[in-house]
Amino acid sequence: MSRAEEAALLQSDRNGWLLVTPALIVLGLAAILPLLVMLVYSLLTPGDFGNVELIFSWDGWVSILFQRDIFDDTLGLADAHLTIFWRSIWLSVVTTVLAFVIGFPTAWFIATRPPRERSLWLFLVTIPFWTNLLIRTFAILEVIRSEGLINTALMKTGMIQEPIQMLYTDGAVLAGMAYVYLPLMVLPLYAAIDRFDMRMLEAAYDLYASRWGALRRVILPIVSPGIVAGSILVFVPSLGAYVTPRVLGGGKNMMIGNFIELQFGQGRNWPLGASLSMLLLVIVTVALLFYVRAANRGTQTHG
Amino acid sequence: MADRFAVNRLPGFTTIAILAFLALYIPIVTLVFFSFNAGKTVMDFNGFSLQWYAVAWGNTTVQEAAWRSVVIAFWATLIATTAATMAALGTTRRRPFKGQTAVYVAINQPLMVPEIVTAVALLIVFAWVKVQTGYQGLGYLILAHAAFCVPFAYLPIRARLEGMDLSLETAAADLYATPWATFRRVTLPLMAPGIVAGAMLAFITSLDDVVITEFVKSAGQDTLPTYMLGQLRRGVTPEVNAISTVLLGLTVVILTAFFLLTRERR
Amino acid sequence: MKQMMTALALVLAGPAFAEGELQLYNWGNYTSPELLEKFEKETGIKVTVTDYDSNDTALAKIEAGGAGFDLVVPSANYVPIWIEKGLVQELDLTKLPNHANIAPKWMDVAYDPGRKYSVPWQWGITGVAVNTSVYGGDISTSAIWLDPPEELKGKINVTPEMNDVVALATMYVGGEPCSEDTEVLKKARDKLMNAKQYWMSMDYGMEDKMATNDVAASVYWNGAMIRARLKNPDVKFALPKEGFVTWMDQVMLLSDAKNVDQAYTFLNFIADPQNAALISNFARYGSGIAGAEDYMDDVMKTAPELQIPADMADKGRFIPTCGPKAQEYVTAIWTELQK
Repeated sequence: MSRAEEAALLQSDRNGWLLVTPALIVLGLAAILPLLVMLVYSLLTPGDFGNVELIFSWDGWVSILFQRDIFDDTLGLADAHLTIFWRSIWLSVVTTVLAFVIGFPTAWFIATRPPRERSLWLFLVTIPFWTNLLIRTFAILEVIRSEGLINTALMKTGMIQEPIQMLYTDGAVLAGMAYVYLPLMVLPLYAAIDRFDMRMLEAAYDLYASRWGALRRVILPIVSPGIVAGSILVFVPSLGAYVTPRVLGGGKNMMIGNFIELQFGQGRNWPLGASLSMLLLVIVTVALLFYVRAANRGTQTHG
Repeated sequence: MADRFAVNRLPGFTTIAILAFLALYIPIVTLVFFSFNAGKTVMDFNGFSLQWYAVAWGNTTVQEAAWRSVVIAFWATLIATTAATMAALGTTRRRPFKGQTAVYVAINQPLMVPEIVTAVALLIVFAWVKVQTGYQGLGYLILAHAAFCVPFAYLPIRARLEGMDLSLETAAADLYATPWATFRRVTLPLMAPGIVAGAMLAFITSLDDVVITEFVKSAGQDTLPTYMLGQLRRGVTPEVNAISTVLLGLTVVILTAFFLLTRERR
Repeated sequence: MKQMMTALALVLAGPAFAEGELQLYNWGNYTSPELLEKFEKETGIKVTVTDYDSNDTALAKIEAGGAGFDLVVPSANYVPIWIEKGLVQELDLTKLPNHANIAPKWMDVAYDPGRKYSVPWQWGITGVAVNTSVYGGDISTSAIWLDPPEELKGKINVTPEMNDVVALATMYVGGEPCSEDTEVLKKARDKLMNAKQYWMSMDYGMEDKMATNDVAASVYWNGAMIRARLKNPDVKFALPKEGFVTWMDQVMLLSDAKNVDQAYTFLNFIADPQNAALISNFARYGSGIAGAEDYMDDVMKTAPELQIPADMADKGRFIPTCGPKAQEYVTAIWTELQK
């Protein structure tokens, strides 16, 4: 390693820190600091009417797993919390997979258009998302409800006699979430696929690879940074999702996001809301680290 | 070769993509359609009418809310994308500096916590600042939005950077280009699709935000989503559809103009 | 660059303090634009309405401080909380000549005797609404949603209002709202948990969803059901004979309000029966101001949903503010139900 290269590396480290500073400042003020506040709140006592009293208590954390039966005061396992967590994680996983299955072909399609057309297609993909979330969710509601678009069309053509109940089902929430998070999968994938060198594919086919083999062993590994980015952007926010499950799910089956929101609302247990969020954060961070490490293991590093 | 097939065609992909595009647009078309509803609600089409556009025209609250959403989203996107681009440059394609994982987690932190938590916490923090300084402008909302937009901008930019080949930049350096010139004329243009993707995601995310805005907003600072949220309890009126259609139309016009202008340069 | 900084500065500048302006923090879609227009025309004061969607959000925001509102419109059961926390100030009645217009039955309420802190906005009833084309039987009962008939199973909605729903369930099993009797509460909880499997949702927006047959029955508010009935005449609202709940929202002046004089002008304005009628016509709920009925529109004058028949009068309970122990029970039952 030449002297110049050594010096460059050290400078590179310093530059690295300098470059991340603006992001750290913005996040430090408006994301990390609030999180620390919440951590403190998770260790306080709930006030009578929401908010907290400045009295230390472990209850916020204990009540994640254990709860007292309200009438006979016996301590039992808060299995309902686990059910809610599990339901949310499962829903988020399925949403991510669905978004990937739909998003990858879409990103591939856009990236393989002639260069002049690509921006147009990207444009077309993102236009729906320039309307806001609540309105789009209501529009979905309009399409799937009992007298909505789909049911009316199906009944008019005689395919069904009674309207299909689509609203307020888990399927509706799934469809809604996949819809809402689709651009978050497509855009990173597109950015990665766009850089993919087609000659690699040609080489693979020249070596008698099947299409699926080429997909599995050439394309996917190389665009995996995009897959990782897209999956993170879909899975993680969908875990804490609150609006879409509420509007399309009917509020009967809570997701973890709704449940935490309840604690800050009528549930009047801010410490529990705070501790549940911390727990969610830990789970997600661990999952993220595993995922990123696994995804990077298979890639070739460039440069 | 006799059986030359298109290298970049994968079976079924085009079909799925086209179906996806269609599915994406059905709710949008529905929403635009209902903005012309002669009936009274967002359900129940009753005939064609421009009444909701008239109502939206007269409803300054909704217009201000929509405009406010756009202003906040614009500034938040600007700040977030800049910060994210710099952060991406700082964390990829160099040897990992100490604490880089921590930085990575910090940058993505807003994604990992449900918005309600950040919202309540920001309420507490900002409320204290508001009482101390008496400042009540949009700054808090812009800062809050910029913060949660950073990871959305960061991840696509980083994905793009990671896939980039260093050889072009090395070539530029070999040709005696200064680091800044290399950056400006080689790296940045190569990163452009990632930056654009990141900026678009950030903008969309900011426009959509409901929970954090609801808690951080001060008097008279409703955005379009919080305005709608307030209506959820008592029935949503189609003037929101009308406003959204107008916004959508404006966006299409602006982006088309942008698109056409940048095409000339090629 | 300079232009951008100027633009940035303009955007960040706080609101200019105009002479005639007022910041009202109210429920979404609850303030008549006609009322505000009339107010501005008569007094020159511009009212800016900011929305909230729950009592708890409003309380949390104001308690945190610095939000810049002048008036807020909490529900009756929250009023004592606001007063106790010192978030609202006592009204100077010399500045409110119309205060005497408050209807006698709404003047000395348990949560604000003599109306020293609040001026009524609207009042309503939480009861049961059924689409009679789906179910033709007796609908004046909470059995509709707690022991539902076959035709309605799986098509019922229950409004996600903790206090209303738990109170209704408690009365159904023979207790009183805000009961601390654990036997009664246990029965109420079990009844609710058993009935949940027959519910489709716990959501708002029933004025639309019942009109379009997405939901066949619901526990909901009378005013919203007027709107549903106007779209779909099959929708009928009824008062459960086991007990129903009435509530009221009222306007209060915040302790740190900046536009105090304008606030008094507004409070006085809405205590005038003609203006109170405008409020009621908009959201379709009753008014607490005497004589407002005479100025309401025909829909309101003929609406059966607004009337409480004499024989049902004693079955209604005005939703009380529960003591801390009772409130804990209510919250615990609700949290369990929501899982």
